[in-house]
Amino acid sequence: MTPHAKRAAAYVANTARMHWHDKALWHVREKRDRAAATVPEWEALRTQAAALKAHTLSRLGEYLEAFEANARKLGAEVHWAVDAEEHNRVVLGILKERGLSRLVKSKSMLTEECHLNGFLEKHGVDVIDSDLGERIVQLARETPSHIVLPAIHKKKEEIGELFFQHLKTDKGASDPKYLTEAARGHLRERFLAADAGLTGVNFAIAETGGIVVCTNEGNADLGASLPRVHIASLGVEKLIPKAEDLPVFLRLLARSATGQPVTSYTSHFHGPRPGGELHLVIVDNGRSALLASATHRRALSCIRCGACMNTCPVFRRSGGHSYGATVPGPIGSVLSPSADAKRYAGLPFASSLCGSCTDVCPVKIDLHHQLLVWRQELGEAGLTPLSKRLAARLGSFVLQRPWLYRLVGWLGRAALRRLPRALLYLPLNAWGRQRELPPAPARSFRARFKKALR
Amino acid sequence: MTDVGLFIPCYVDQCYPEVGLAAVRLLERLNCPVDFPEAQTCCGQPMGNSGSAEAARPLAERYLSIFERYRYVVCPSGSCTAMVRHHYRDLLPSSPLLEAVTQKTYELCEFIVDVLGVARIPGAFPRTVALHQSCHALRELRLASSSERVVPHVDKVRGLLASLDGIRFAPLALKDECCGFGGIFSVEEEAVSCAMGKDRLSDFVHGAADVVTGVDMSCLMHLQGLAARAKTPVRFLHVAEILAGAAA
Repeated sequence: MTPHAKRAAAYVANTARMHWHDKALWHVREKRDRAAATVPEWEALRTQAAALKAHTLSRLGEYLEAFEANARKLGAEVHWAVDAEEHNRVVLGILKERGLSRLVKSKSMLTEECHLNGFLEKHGVDVIDSDLGERIVQLARETPSHIVLPAIHKKKEEIGELFFQHLKTDKGASDPKYLTEAARGHLRERFLAADAGLTGVNFAIAETGGIVVCTNEGNADLGASLPRVHIASLGVEKLIPKAEDLPVFLRLLARSATGQPVTSYTSHFHGPRPGGELHLVIVDNGRSALLASATHRRALSCIRCGACMNTCPVFRRSGGHSYGATVPGPIGSVLSPSADAKRYAGLPFASSLCGSCTDVCPVKIDLHHQLLVWRQELGEAGLTPLSKRLAARLGSFVLQRPWLYRLVGWLGRAALRRLPRALLYLPLNAWGRQRELPPAPARSFRARFKKALR
Repeated sequence: MTDVGLFIPCYVDQCYPEVGLAAVRLLERLNCPVDFPEAQTCCGQPMGNSGSAEAARPLAERYLSIFERYRYVVCPSGSCTAMVRHHYRDLLPSSPLLEAVTQKTYELCEFIVDVLGVARIPGAFPRTVALHQSCHALRELRLASSSERVVPHVDKVRGLLASLDGIRFAPLALKDECCGFGGIFSVEEEAVSCAMGKDRLSDFVHGAADVVTGVDMSCLMHLQGLAARAKTPVRFLHVAEILAGAAA
């Protein structure tokens, strides 16, 4: 069994919880459907967004240089990081050089990917995640199970217990409004005490050198405005050419993510605020390798809306943590093997290839097709189990010889009809654990068709 | 010999011969006799999906050479048709032969509606039917508009079924959720696969379906396996069986 299959089986075993998780995410998918349906030109927008991303990626070097130059003109400092380690060192360096030790963060999946929190804590920096969901998983010492809804795996009673322990809320309280107010009060203190703020970036505009951050809680704005130093981490794929391209993505992003017409806050940062500092850390961390792959390049178009997770029937039933990767779900299963093919070789198989992810994706990444291509690439690299490769070869050998296929088919059907049930349904037979085997008629189609002709 | 070749998926040939025979009868009633080239075995999808391109490739090559001589190829399976039409190009280099054969391969209902131009099948089927939209027919062949897209409503299979007298469609909470079969996924991720199938079945049962149908017997094989184990009283019929039987 792949690591995902094992963890998924454990998640599915708690049927009530699986259904609860499934329904919570399907509810978001339904909201997304209603929001998308209000935009008659939805499909044209998706096509335009996909084309804009494809264009940007085709000239990414030029756009990155233009962005760097324009951001510097606006007074921002630009840092480059080839990988996660360099990113973390750059961020620590900015803090250390200025003697800063209290960092307040808003949502950034990139810093999750780089495991920044643990690194900074080791070096004596106090890191607070200010996105409510991220704060919840941080308090629980977990990782986000979803890129937009980091704590979607937690029930409100569990959050109440966590807050009782850490924020001194009433024992047994689970009212979302009460808990949110408590978190708000707690976070407000940390915002005021912070001496640096770190945000992610949704879009970086080459033409202007500005960055755009989309949130619902306003936490990025507080984090970027109260402390004097604002650090923004972005992957190279966040670039878009022009400010006029932005609306195409803004119209798609929130509708796809949560079914909102637009996020509560869409904050534009053009250089540092007066008297402050803005540091942009531009990170590669495997992205240029993905860009070099003709088959998987399109995965870099992802705008991190999470719609593929909400729609995925496997994700909804196995939970985000079952993927064992920073970015879970369909897009995560496409991205992760490019970072570490061996470690994540099972993920492209954690899909029924239903294609719902492909149809829901606002930038038209052919996700399920990429998963299929990954399977074949992993197979060619010898990273799929040997038993699976041998079975495929044996199957192919038989199926290339119609006489042998007929013989094996006849033997198989005879066995299905004659063998005792106990033997057919041995625990080894994964199909038969919860399902009956298919019927085994005495004669195949081809035998009956030939007879009918006579 | 006619100019229409019939492609019967391997598991239909072995386990569901009546589905293949129904497809033949249905096409004959529509004045479209078919030829069944006996060299055919399998499209190669199980090997391709399990990650063995080199095991799938010779089967794709065989398919092309076996069906090259027909004007059309018809297959009572959305998934196998999608394999040929969309995924052979991942296995084989582009060639005029590849383009020609992949583009003339049709799923049965698609062929009836788009090529034969038949919109109505005479006959009656006074049952409540749950139409399972199999994913590859839906999202790769576009036999219907999927719920994710904002496009005009289309449903070719339902259109054919709806032309039968007395047929009722079970209302479904999720109109096109995957059943969880997914080929190798059904055994590799057995727990999730069966959970998905049970949820799908319960939607059909809530819709008071007597019969569950679809264009892919593989999805129905998985659902039928679950229903038989749970003793759920619902019948499973391929669309071809309903359409051919109703016209009798």
